[in-house]
Amino acid sequence: MTFFDVMFYVLAAMILLSAAIMVFAKNLIYNAVGLLFAFFGVAGLYVMLGADFLAATQLLIYVGGILVLLLFGVMLSQRITGLEMRTGTLQMLPAVIVCAGVVAILLRMIWMSPWQKTEVGEPAATTRTIGTLFMTDYLIPFEIVSVLLLAALVGAAFIGRRDAR
Amino acid sequence: MTPVGLTHFLVLSAILFALGLLAVITKRNAVTVLMGVELIINAANINFIAFARYLDKDLDGQMFGVFVIVAAAASAAVALAIVLNIYQRMRSVNLDEADSLAG
Repeated sequence: MTFFDVMFYVLAAMILLSAAIMVFAKNLIYNAVGLLFAFFGVAGLYVMLGADFLAATQLLIYVGGILVLLLFGVMLSQRITGLEMRTGTLQMLPAVIVCAGVVAILLRMIWMSPWQKTEVGEPAATTRTIGTLFMTDYLIPFEIVSVLLLAALVGAAFIGRRDAR
Repeated sequence: MTPVGLTHFLVLSAILFALGLLAVITKRNAVTVLMGVELIINAANINFIAFARYLDKDLDGQMFGVFVIVAAAASAAVALAIVLNIYQRMRSVNLDEADSLAG
């Protein structure tokens, strides 16, 4: 086993364990902390796959942005005085059966597919290439995404107002 | 034991997807359902990056990953605003209690 393999298994164990905590814990704060470590593990996977810019983006946006947003959602939507930081589950057994079926189908597909693998080179820094691609090949998606972000910002501020009608 | 390759990443991402799906369909709290959605998006993104590394010489997969993260941020912001609005009206964010169409 190389160092790469060991790192993969460590990160995979961390991701799956914290995702399981996120799914099966009853306390909302435990859910959020499980999600935090799952995001960290996924950022580590991005580093292993040679995507350094995406790993940094994952840490900045997911851990620094979305997770904080979700924690705000938890705090603002619970009666803190009653310590009701709990979430119930519904229909656990059928859901587990459905999800196991989904995993089985996906695994079968992964093993049956004839992947056209190419040579894997040494990972190089990607930030400069991604920046160039944003300004050339991906200019229109880049602009559309910026308008989408503006719309989401205005829309979220409007919907979140106390007297939105 | 085979060395870690594309299949390992795909299997990990499939299991992560199923865990996110489990959270989405079983949790009663709307914020936890959103957390499940974020897990699913992360699983899809792992696939994009793994394909970019193992099947493709270019960085197109990583570009898709960036756009996916941006879309996830936008959806999380809007969804949280909707959840807070539901909470103000119904004093609860349990999805099985939010069954009234006319606010």
